[in-house]
Amino acid sequence: MDKRIDIALAGNANVGKSVVFNQLTGLHQHVGNWPGKTVERAEGTLSFGGYIINVIDLPGIYSLSTFSIEELVSREYIAIDRPDVIVNVVDACVLERNLFFTLQLLELEPRMVIDLNQVDLAGSKGIQVDSEKLSKLLGVPVVPTVATKNIGLHELMEKVVEVAEGELGPSVEIRYGQEVEKRIKELAEAVSGVDTPYPRRWIAIKLLEGDDEVEKMIYAVQPSIKDNVDKLKVEIEEIHGHDASSVIADERYAVAHRITDKASTYLIPEKRLSDQLHHATSHPVVGYVFMAAVILTVFYGIFTFGDFTSGIMGGWFEALNTAYEAVFGSGPLPAFIWDGLIEGIVAGVTIALPYIVPFYVALSVLEDSGYLARIAFLMDSAMHKIGLHGKGFIPLMLGFGCNVPACLGCRIMETDRERLLCAFVASLVPCAARSVVIMGLVAEYVGFEWAIALYVIDFALIFTLGRVAFKVVPGEPMGLIMEMPPYRWPTLRVTASKTWFKLRDFVYTAFPIIVIGNLLIQLADLVGLLDLVQGLLSPVTVLWLGLPMATGVILIFGILRKELTLILLASLMGTSNFALVLNPVQMFVFAFVVMVYIPCIATIAVLVKEFGYKKASIITLAQIGLAISLGGIIFHTLKFLGFP
Amino acid sequence: MSSESVEEYLRAIYEFNEKGNLAKNTDLAKRLDVAPSSVTQMIQKLAGEGLVVYEPYRGAMLTGKGDAIARKVVRKHRLLKRFLHNFLGLGSNKAHDEADRLEHGLSNEAAAALCKALDRPVISPDEEDQIPPCTLDVEDCDQCEEVRKETDGSKPITELSNLKLGETGVVAFIRGGTTACQRLLDMGLTQGTAVTVVNAAPFRGPMEVAVRGSNLALGRGLASHVFVEVEDTRPLGERFHPHGPYHGRKRKRGKS
Repeated sequence: MDKRIDIALAGNANVGKSVVFNQLTGLHQHVGNWPGKTVERAEGTLSFGGYIINVIDLPGIYSLSTFSIEELVSREYIAIDRPDVIVNVVDACVLERNLFFTLQLLELEPRMVIDLNQVDLAGSKGIQVDSEKLSKLLGVPVVPTVATKNIGLHELMEKVVEVAEGELGPSVEIRYGQEVEKRIKELAEAVSGVDTPYPRRWIAIKLLEGDDEVEKMIYAVQPSIKDNVDKLKVEIEEIHGHDASSVIADERYAVAHRITDKASTYLIPEKRLSDQLHHATSHPVVGYVFMAAVILTVFYGIFTFGDFTSGIMGGWFEALNTAYEAVFGSGPLPAFIWDGLIEGIVAGVTIALPYIVPFYVALSVLEDSGYLARIAFLMDSAMHKIGLHGKGFIPLMLGFGCNVPACLGCRIMETDRERLLCAFVASLVPCAARSVVIMGLVAEYVGFEWAIALYVIDFALIFTLGRVAFKVVPGEPMGLIMEMPPYRWPTLRVTASKTWFKLRDFVYTAFPIIVIGNLLIQLADLVGLLDLVQGLLSPVTVLWLGLPMATGVILIFGILRKELTLILLASLMGTSNFALVLNPVQMFVFAFVVMVYIPCIATIAVLVKEFGYKKASIITLAQIGLAISLGGIIFHTLKFLGFP
Repeated sequence: MSSESVEEYLRAIYEFNEKGNLAKNTDLAKRLDVAPSSVTQMIQKLAGEGLVVYEPYRGAMLTGKGDAIARKVVRKHRLLKRFLHNFLGLGSNKAHDEADRLEHGLSNEAAAALCKALDRPVISPDEEDQIPPCTLDVEDCDQCEEVRKETDGSKPITELSNLKLGETGVVAFIRGGTTACQRLLDMGLTQGTAVTVVNAAPFRGPMEVAVRGSNLALGRGLASHVFVEVEDTRPLGERFHPHGPYHGRKRKRGKS
């Protein structure tokens, strides 16, 4: 049997880590969550020279403090699960900041190999890094690679196997300044009695840095050491005039700077197109025009493609249905099987493939090229109005396609609070399905300007509720701090694999819910429960909202998929000419209610997955309440104003 | 031109800028009671020294470097006004005129002591105007006295968020919560690091700064936690001396 090696990829964001991961593992990967955390865990395998290498792609982070969940997850994995080898992917273009993280990794004393990535890009920027010198300075092997072109990855894996088999730990100890070093040693000595999976020197450094988690862990066993730590911290502060944590960061950066300086040569950079493109796309005027053009093109493309393919696929399923009826007849049981089981799958497929696939492709291209960072940059001040920073615009943008990836996309926010706020707002964004209803009903029969009015109302709602939520949910707002990566060409392989795995994730999350939900509602219909509900709902639907009685059932089905409301409206009313059965006011109110009244069942499932039942139900109930109260107000206002 | 009149101009421009306006030449002439032609001349000089950015027909705006100097004068002016008005009971117009004269003579040390004696005011009297926070490397006011022993507070320091396009500052210290502070440190904004503003989003959006060979997008809020030292390129004679404007003057004159 092949021998198994566990490796973990660690590094900053934007260093091409996911490209390395995809090149190594191809389709043999699995994307899930870290146990109990909403942090993505990508895992894959490759077989290499008689070894099965299991690769974990750790989140892209800049430090190993406990600032974010990603950082905590990463350091616990490295120290406690102890993979055989850590592959630290560093960007040769920004070596200094990457080494700041490398130095922290080395403090955990793992067996490590450094993947010096993007050496081609660095070369065009006039930066040449001597990998041998770097290796000597850091005491670990360094392999130069260009992951996007699959250059050097074979050598990287050879080194990984060599390190896994050998006893090569880090051979050089990175030292801080004398005053700090002396105190680290003293503290490391003092904690020698404590049994932890972490190296003692690392514990000492983290105690001086004031790391909450480490303090908790150590003080629980050895509370007496706190006085010692405080004393040493004060000493460092007195010598350097700054608190110990910033002194250590200073010194770590000083070391990173020194090593970078020794290992790199700087030549005159080439003039690069990407710099000019960057200038234009983040320009205070041109940047916004460009952004609007990009977003509109992307969405127009997705909708056109989706509409077209969805139509074709709908035709196929209709043909399938006819064939099915020809074989099994149209009795109650075959009809129930079709409506209850197959219809759910049909619904999933006709939405997922035509809209979600191009959507994920576009997103992946925008992300890998580096353009999403520019969008976040340009939208930061607008997003601050609802208490979020620029990165929060990205999930909102996703929401126009589908709320499911939008709510999942909220993971790019740093704190739980921001994720929740962002998901709440994102679940109100009119997704493709809602746009179908707005366009198919209001724009078609009432007028385009009324459809626009609905969008405007929705944006006003998003803005108002965003502000309210931002004031109500406790916690400090977070400012924007992010790297602006240089523009790069996205690679086909990475885009394809990202799309594939995201799609799979979507199918796993949403499909069972859609199918089961569909089945339950069909069952309820079969036993006559729906008529009962419709009757119970009639005070709300008929009296308060002024809609026909049948809309009660339609709105219940709409929880599955919102565009279903339009299809059902046609079949229940017996005509697809809605002008015959609804007056313009009813159409407007109906479309408004459909737009706001509840996140669809797949979105609710994601909200539960990301934030738990309690928060998901609060969001859901809030939106139901909102839709009913505002829908009624709109109805009565329009009636009062004399609209028919 | 004397340092006093430079400071008068910078303070006036500061006062227009803090309300969100550019300082127009005509407005400056009115405010400072001088001829428009001399305003034009002075603005050119200030722009030449990199203290203001001048947009033709629209007005002048302080650069980070200009702000670093102006904020000290504004701070002194408003502290003095507060002292004269609230403590000594002078009428607000009188207090304003007195402060106009006294601000140039007040040393940094005396200003810090005044701040402490007035119990750290943040708003100047009978106005909405904020007293610009000091630029000493302190986490809170309790450390003020201690820090003052080591530095005279004469370094031209301002918040990173005040730097204009193309300006460079060197990180002096970061003031603010530990999380924000830690993040900024992790991204490489440690003490002594040079930071250059390469782009700024409109509507007080984030700024893009070049630091340690890469570009970072930084929200204004976070950027205002970072205090940077800007290079003071004014000739020595025109700089404000930490112990007052007349300190050491004589000796220099004697030499020349």
